[in-house]
Amino acid sequence: MTDSLASTPLDGWHRSAGAKMVPFAGYSMPIQYSSIVAEHQACRTSAALFDVSHMGRLKFEGNGSEDLLDHLLTRRVSDMPMGRVRYGLICDENGGVLDDVLVSNLETPSQKRFHLLVVNASNRQKIIDWITPRMDDFPTVTMSDRTELTAMIAVQGPRAMDVCQRLFKSDPTKLKYYHATITDQMKKPVIVSRTGYTGEDGFELVVRAEEANRVWENLMLVGRDVGFTAAGLGARDTLRMEAAMPLYGHELDETIDPISAGLSFACNLKDRSFIGSDAIAKIAAGGPSRVRIGLLPDGKRPARDGLDVLTPEGKKIGTITSGGPSPTLDRPIAMAYVDAEFANLPSYQIDIRGKMVPATPTALPFYKRPAH
Amino acid sequence: MSRDPSKLLYAETHEWVDLVTDADQSIATIGISAFAIEQLNDLVYMDLPEVGKSLTAGDEFGEVESVKAVSPLYSPIDGEVVEVHTELPDSLEKLNDDPYNFGWIIKVKVGGDTGRDKLMDHATYEKQCGEAG
Repeated sequence: MTDSLASTPLDGWHRSAGAKMVPFAGYSMPIQYSSIVAEHQACRTSAALFDVSHMGRLKFEGNGSEDLLDHLLTRRVSDMPMGRVRYGLICDENGGVLDDVLVSNLETPSQKRFHLLVVNASNRQKIIDWITPRMDDFPTVTMSDRTELTAMIAVQGPRAMDVCQRLFKSDPTKLKYYHATITDQMKKPVIVSRTGYTGEDGFELVVRAEEANRVWENLMLVGRDVGFTAAGLGARDTLRMEAAMPLYGHELDETIDPISAGLSFACNLKDRSFIGSDAIAKIAAGGPSRVRIGLLPDGKRPARDGLDVLTPEGKKIGTITSGGPSPTLDRPIAMAYVDAEFANLPSYQIDIRGKMVPATPTALPFYKRPAH
Repeated sequence: MSRDPSKLLYAETHEWVDLVTDADQSIATIGISAFAIEQLNDLVYMDLPEVGKSLTAGDEFGEVESVKAVSPLYSPIDGEVVEVHTELPDSLEKLNDDPYNFGWIIKVKVGGDTGRDKLMDHATYEKQCGEAG
């Protein structure tokens, strides 16, 4: 069904670079250009460029948009200073996670204030459908889906800083972590935020769709001598797994609450209410029934998503949600949900298609970038 | 002596077979094709069978895993495993360079004729890969 897939503004670039394209969340996306491991390592040692244009971008404008977002998000939005970015969750009334999102508080050069909500590609329509009827109570707020009018590029890695510094009108390295601004690249506006999904320092850029190729090529050109590489969704997954960042559909879904997912930091429960807050407060008070843990399976064999996690005695107590080889640690790693009463065992077993593989629990994340 | 890929037989599932018949027995050496290795990319793990295991064509005899995925290895032929390349799982990076020699996976003592007639010659296999790619 290739013809029903959407393509990003960088599709032509990916194909001419020989990328292997796969269907992902309704888009045709590059999974890798040459080697997932090489792209992963480039991100850890230099920097990698990811086309993340498939992520949904929703713009909220008008009086009361912070009130609407306060009502929808587990994280308070109304107290965000200008230029601030926050990670939060959108939950249903039961506390089930509908999506994990980044919200930015931004201002155009003509001082028009807006909020940008970046949602997962696979959840974009669901979130639009969730928000639309709830806007009736906020008649002065407008929501516009900017996904197809814009492109999004992530530049991630230790060398992302010095390269981006040379490209933009205002120096993005002056941005603090989880801050964003609107600047220019060759006189065209770019939203630059100091965020990412790889465990590295770096930026995420939102540009007009017609500017995507130019910005991408400029980054590749300026980054060439320090080893910049284009990287696909394959490396993005191994990188985020090492950084233990949750992936919707794996660590998060509508049956999982933020407390079980280990995301209580992303829930401001005190003195406020939002959709799902009562349910989440109850879970936070009573303790979650299952918890997310990190596992290091013995040997070289990767433990993949969906496999059973057992006690050393063989009792099934959980499921792997993400697992695979870690290129940085050169060994398999895995995240799992286990029943809360078994959250602190000294060892576990993973049933890898009939073979019981011992696994040691480990603190998350698996990888933390060296401090500067 | 190095194997010539154009003289080998191939299964639809991308295993190659080098079939050598002496007076009293046929031994099939089995590996996976350069095309398959390139498609899999970034191999990280291989699971091999025990010597003595008896296989029917189409049986799964092991697994090869890349960073992204698990791929079963299927026996292209009926027979009994008589030798296993035990060095291979620790040297998967060498598979890329030499899939037809260093990259052999198992040797099978071939029983009947079953399975053999389903194998393709190199030209037919190349055509299959062309269509897949």
